[in-house]
Amino acid sequence: MTPEPITITIDGQQISVSPEVTLMQAIASIGQDTPVICFHEATTSEGLCRLCVVEVEGWRTLAPACVTKVADEMVLHTDSERVRRARRTILEMLSSAVDLSEAPAIQQQIDDYQADPERFPEAHRRTQPILDDNPFYVRDYEKCVLCWRCVQACGDDLQFTYALSLGGRGYETKIATFFNAPMPETTCVFCGNCVAVCPTNALKGKTEFYLDQGMDYDQIRLQRRRQQKSSSQDKKNG
Amino acid sequence: MAEADTSVRSTCPYCGVGCQIDLKVRNDRIYKVDAPFNIAPNFGRLCSKGRFGVDFVHHPSRLTQPLIRKDLGSKPRQPVGLEGFRPATWDEALDLAADRLAEIVQARGGDAIGTFCSAKATNEDNYIFQKFIRGVIGTNNVDHCARLCHAASVTGLQIAIGSSAMSNSIAEMKDLDMFIVTGSNTTETHPVISTFLREAIVNHGAKMVVVDPREIELCQFAELWLRPTAGTDVAVFQAMAQVIVSENLVDRDFLRERVENFENYRLEISDSTPEWAEAISGVPAADIRTAARLYAQANQAAIYWGMGISQSVHGTDNALSLSNLALLTGNLGKSGSGLNPLRGQNNVQGCSDSGGLPNVFPGYQLVTDDEIRTKFERDWGVLLNPQEGLTTMEMVDAAERGAIQAYFVMGENPMMSEPDLRHARHVMEDLDFILVQDIFLNETGEYADILLPAASFAEKSGTFTNSDRRVQLIRPAVPSPGQARADWEVLCDLAVRVEQRLGRESSAGFSFTSPAEIWDEMARLTPPFQGITYDRLERESGVHWPCPTPDHPGTPYLFTDTFPRGKGQLVSLDYNPSAELPDDEFPFILSTGRVLYHWHGGTMTRRSKLDDIYPEPTVEIHPLDADQLGVQAGDWIQVRSRRGQIRVRTLVTERSPQGMVFIPFHFAEAAANELTMDVRDERAKIPDYKVCAVAVEPLAE
Repeated sequence: MTPEPITITIDGQQISVSPEVTLMQAIASIGQDTPVICFHEATTSEGLCRLCVVEVEGWRTLAPACVTKVADEMVLHTDSERVRRARRTILEMLSSAVDLSEAPAIQQQIDDYQADPERFPEAHRRTQPILDDNPFYVRDYEKCVLCWRCVQACGDDLQFTYALSLGGRGYETKIATFFNAPMPETTCVFCGNCVAVCPTNALKGKTEFYLDQGMDYDQIRLQRRRQQKSSSQDKKNG
Repeated sequence: MAEADTSVRSTCPYCGVGCQIDLKVRNDRIYKVDAPFNIAPNFGRLCSKGRFGVDFVHHPSRLTQPLIRKDLGSKPRQPVGLEGFRPATWDEALDLAADRLAEIVQARGGDAIGTFCSAKATNEDNYIFQKFIRGVIGTNNVDHCARLCHAASVTGLQIAIGSSAMSNSIAEMKDLDMFIVTGSNTTETHPVISTFLREAIVNHGAKMVVVDPREIELCQFAELWLRPTAGTDVAVFQAMAQVIVSENLVDRDFLRERVENFENYRLEISDSTPEWAEAISGVPAADIRTAARLYAQANQAAIYWGMGISQSVHGTDNALSLSNLALLTGNLGKSGSGLNPLRGQNNVQGCSDSGGLPNVFPGYQLVTDDEIRTKFERDWGVLLNPQEGLTTMEMVDAAERGAIQAYFVMGENPMMSEPDLRHARHVMEDLDFILVQDIFLNETGEYADILLPAASFAEKSGTFTNSDRRVQLIRPAVPSPGQARADWEVLCDLAVRVEQRLGRESSAGFSFTSPAEIWDEMARLTPPFQGITYDRLERESGVHWPCPTPDHPGTPYLFTDTFPRGKGQLVSLDYNPSAELPDDEFPFILSTGRVLYHWHGGTMTRRSKLDDIYPEPTVEIHPLDADQLGVQAGDWIQVRSRRGQIRVRTLVTERSPQGMVFIPFHFAEAAANELTMDVRDERAKIPDYKVCAVAVEPLAE
């Protein structure tokens, strides 16, 4: 049974929607995009990045549009100064700690909200070594914004393989494997569904990674051969 | 950051799931593969092969020009590498091929030629292939690797219900209540399907029963895992049927309206108790009872199976033991519920649909049916051979006794995939003429007189039909290397040259300019395809046949009202042991199969970065057996059967039970089929790859 539609107001426009949709879906129904980082059509929304927040009249805090359900008579403001400031601050804080150079969508948002990536010059940057431990993809967690999409893709949203999880606490939180084991020693099956949902290229297929380093296809083949040799050497020694 | 020059929607060339993929191309090379999240059958999901394994397309060892054997005519024929061939022009190679084929047809008749079409090629390639073989060469000796994979499922399901395709679509899986997975290591062989099965369990609360001698990954998600001794499946499923009948868990209405032979079957099965099955299979009787109740009492229950059921000397019985369960409980003809043999190759369904079988034209229309044959004779304007052709293994037999003198192999590798390879090689050595068309020089190509370089899936247009009967497009993303050409183009060119040499007054019709034209001809002659056009495939991204008219939506699940044979048939079965059982000299059961990172004979994946993660031939052996033999994990050991021996690296694991070893068949340097035995299911003619006896021996340092 379809529930009775309810009425809400978005930026002054009154519309009728199903009570089961999220704010983001309601906003999309009038042809308007909501900026997102952690949201993905194929993974469960967790309301982590807060970039999608909107103002609901009468609410003390801003509401994440990806997980908040509509309610009758709700009045939304999607582009108020409060909303813009929140989004801008989120982007500035992310810029201060994370390498966003390969996240074109976020770069666009930084422009859209006139964020200053240098606003917090003293901030501690999340520096981590690049993890290149398997033949298929490279993990560069300096680029990771902790959107969880990879963990969800590996888990109950796409792959049901559970090789990835969150490790550490607070600022030290990062995407990890159990005991930080190299990928080939985990349950990972190298489906790359995590790579496909990564918004910042923290996860990247190896061929693409080396192309981006400026190698051509022949150099990449040579590189691969070297890694094969060293890994078979490891096996002999190990 | 890399930007793609182009992104081309296509269909994955590996397994029968038929994942939709976007090939990202830069400088004429595929550097990345993505998948659209909003399109069936995979909804964005891929496995390691689809996402990272299509780099074989750019491997430097691709065949780039026609090649002719240097020592033409010398016997016995020896396998040679590239150095044994000389380059030729297309004209020279095709003229020589046409000369030889026409000579043999004129001297001995078309039945002296055996041909293998390809479950990796498109529907259009295979339609033209069988049109050429039937309409010009004049024989029905057309078969392909479906014979070596699901022949027994096909035969069994034809007997039981009259149709052999998967009855349900992949999209229905996630809503199941209960399902049985047997003889399928789905996680490794159909990885994306396994994600939808796990989704049904994790997110929908479905209960799964696994029936498999190996502790496959899915066992971790199973409500119940039944572990029969390899080759004793029929006893387990018979006993489940016995429980369903004796506890009155049958679907009375379904039996009355849609099933025949219940009264007989009920009497015959009464002795097949769970205790009887426990004595044969080692599966506890109580577990068999639980499994039977779970299956019979579910609202939506399905059975999924793979090679463990069909590649058996009693494969037809195995398949029938499953169809009996579905018919007794009415778990058939509903969304989600059905009988689902998971097809292995990307286009093994389509190759069979397109007439790549010795007894049928496209759409399973019998070559022995006068009316059907007349229809094709009129359309093609040629007379057609009314005799059924030979199956893959029968062609080997015929070659051995000299009745077949030539092979034409397109995109297959029988020298890896046939059982008892030593024998298979011996047969190849004595053939008069071998023509091979492929993208690489593989173990079969090494025997060829002429090698024709083919375009890969990423270089041509056409359609593949996946495991759930969904017809989907492939599109060219990169140029073919060198002079390689699409299979259908080569076949048309060759067919016309053979027609000229045979003095045919009119051509059977090979003047196609595109795969779409070929599809239209096939659809015109094949009722279940008549509603499918390329325009429609572009619009809808895929259509499940049967689809008889342009306004028909296609058929995701089959048999809502009736079965193709009318009523479904319950078939009484006897349990038969495997053909070769362990003894003192050969004390282990050998089972063969696949691993996640490789594909069949390895022609593609051994030339991909997939090989980096699984570079060596392995044997799975139980820790207790390893201890007894004094071998350690990682040791190289010898595995020997009455047919041959190979050297493989030891994987010590409890995945295979004590007394059984498992060897993947991807590795040419240690081909598992050196060990297997050419013993076949009588009705399906499929060899048993799952049970033979071997000895396992440590190698002296």
